[in-house]
Amino acid sequence: MKVLVAIKRVIDPYSKVRVKTDGTGVETANVKMTINPFCEIAVEEAIRLKESGLAEEVIVVSMGESSCQEQLRSALALGADRAIHIETDTECQPLSVAKLLKAIVEKEQPRLVLLGKQSIDSDNNQVAQMLAAITGLPQATFASEIHIEGNKIEVEREIDGGLERLRLSLPAVISVDLRLNEPRYASLPNIMKAKSKPMEQLTPEQLGVELSSSQVTLEVMPPKARQAGQIVTSVAELVDKLRNEAKVIE
Amino acid sequence: MNSKTLVIVEHDNQVLSSDTLKAISAASVLNQPVNVLVIGCNCQPVVDSVTKIEAVSAVLVADSEIYEQQLAENSALLVQNVSEGYTHLFAASTTFGKNLMPRVAALLDVGQLSDVIKIESEDIVIRPIYAGNALAKVKSLDSVKVITVRSSAFENAPVNNASNAEIQVVDINIGNDSSQLIERQKTQSVRPDLPAARVVISGGRGVGSKENFALIEQLADKLGGAIGASRAAVDAGFVSNDLQVGQTGKIVAPDLYIAVGISGAIQHLAGMKDSKVIVAINSDSDAPIFEIADYGLVGDLFEILPELTASL
Repeated sequence: MKVLVAIKRVIDPYSKVRVKTDGTGVETANVKMTINPFCEIAVEEAIRLKESGLAEEVIVVSMGESSCQEQLRSALALGADRAIHIETDTECQPLSVAKLLKAIVEKEQPRLVLLGKQSIDSDNNQVAQMLAAITGLPQATFASEIHIEGNKIEVEREIDGGLERLRLSLPAVISVDLRLNEPRYASLPNIMKAKSKPMEQLTPEQLGVELSSSQVTLEVMPPKARQAGQIVTSVAELVDKLRNEAKVIE
Repeated sequence: MNSKTLVIVEHDNQVLSSDTLKAISAASVLNQPVNVLVIGCNCQPVVDSVTKIEAVSAVLVADSEIYEQQLAENSALLVQNVSEGYTHLFAASTTFGKNLMPRVAALLDVGQLSDVIKIESEDIVIRPIYAGNALAKVKSLDSVKVITVRSSAFENAPVNNASNAEIQVVDINIGNDSSQLIERQKTQSVRPDLPAARVVISGGRGVGSKENFALIEQLADKLGGAIGASRAAVDAGFVSNDLQVGQTGKIVAPDLYIAVGISGAIQHLAGMKDSKVIVAINSDSDAPIFEIADYGLVGDLFEILPELTASL
């Protein structure tokens, strides 16, 4: 079985994000970049499927400027077999990403496509669902456990108020949640080995996909700052403040 | 073309989700007719509830066994089928809405505006990005706007006793043979739902164990509040994952949020920093949570919590 994993290059989740003063976006120059944490979990799951003999090949794909090859190399160092970089300078909105991935799905015919449930920059939580829609494949989003049984895949999903289990026929599209696994670190020998693993370069034109942008960001603003609070010294003082100053308890 | 909105109703075939009331309230900002779509099986109680919502002018009902589980594969096709003539499709940004709506958007070949906190006009919205560290004002150029809304940013739509909404039966049956539900386990709790609660008490790694969470529960019960948790507390197995507050869990904005033993990582703040009053109880006076707390108390939570609970 072939597994396709889509990954995205994002600002490191522990970096402090600064909104540009001209309102055009957030500062990305000289900011640490990394694989989106949810994508990392998807890569880890694919590698575990390979280690357990259920997958023969793990392909990672990413789209964007040439810098996203760094994240593809990281995924190769974690254990993916080969990478596909779809090179474009145009910002890819979720529907465009889904269309590019659809073209790769048609080309590579994976049995399983794994994606993160959301990227921590745009926080859209859309691509997996959109890809499933346009390929006509079943979807399981927010997966916290997966089991492959022949032609089916059983997925435990994190839903509001609990959990649910779905059984999908393969091929299928799965988006992964935080609880699915604990991603590994790449070892130095594997980082060295990753340098010689194949990285195919394609363009949206070669895939026959026209990138459209149906949404325009008019302005990016900082959120309203909270007023400085106060440190109280006792429980009695806290209760008094909540009761008489903030008036949030009776 | 006349503008018209369709809101997809979330329910469990019996009870209407309060998140749908928020989505309807967001949709009514546009001052155009709001219709709702109920997809389910034997869901008459839900239909009865939505007809009583003031803003709703028509209720479309697709009631069939094949929609009982409301799985995305056939539900999305159904929405695509009934969406002709609508300029806006809304749903709450819950796990139900997040699962279904992007599938609908892609079938319609349009983008989606996710987790919107403000409707500025019929094509401009505001939504948080980067874990709420920035707000983006976005204009959609699509012919149909597919929008999911953040519940904590909107009030409940008003409900009437008289029902004026017209019921329209949707007789479109779309099967689904590629996915099936095996089981759905909902955590039973006597406490209020996390996103709807007026008071939320959350525990983090500092709480130390599952047993110690009883201290949080006692305080929550005293205040009639809901229980939340940081990712660290969930990963350590103190509480179930559906109580996680943050960028990837629930987003809450209660009147009072009490963070106990939570350091205040960016990802956690994303889920609670719009609370009206924030209280932090932590033994580390340098914890980032104190930077956004209205009232901070530095000390041992095992001494503070029992005292606080007793004094209320």
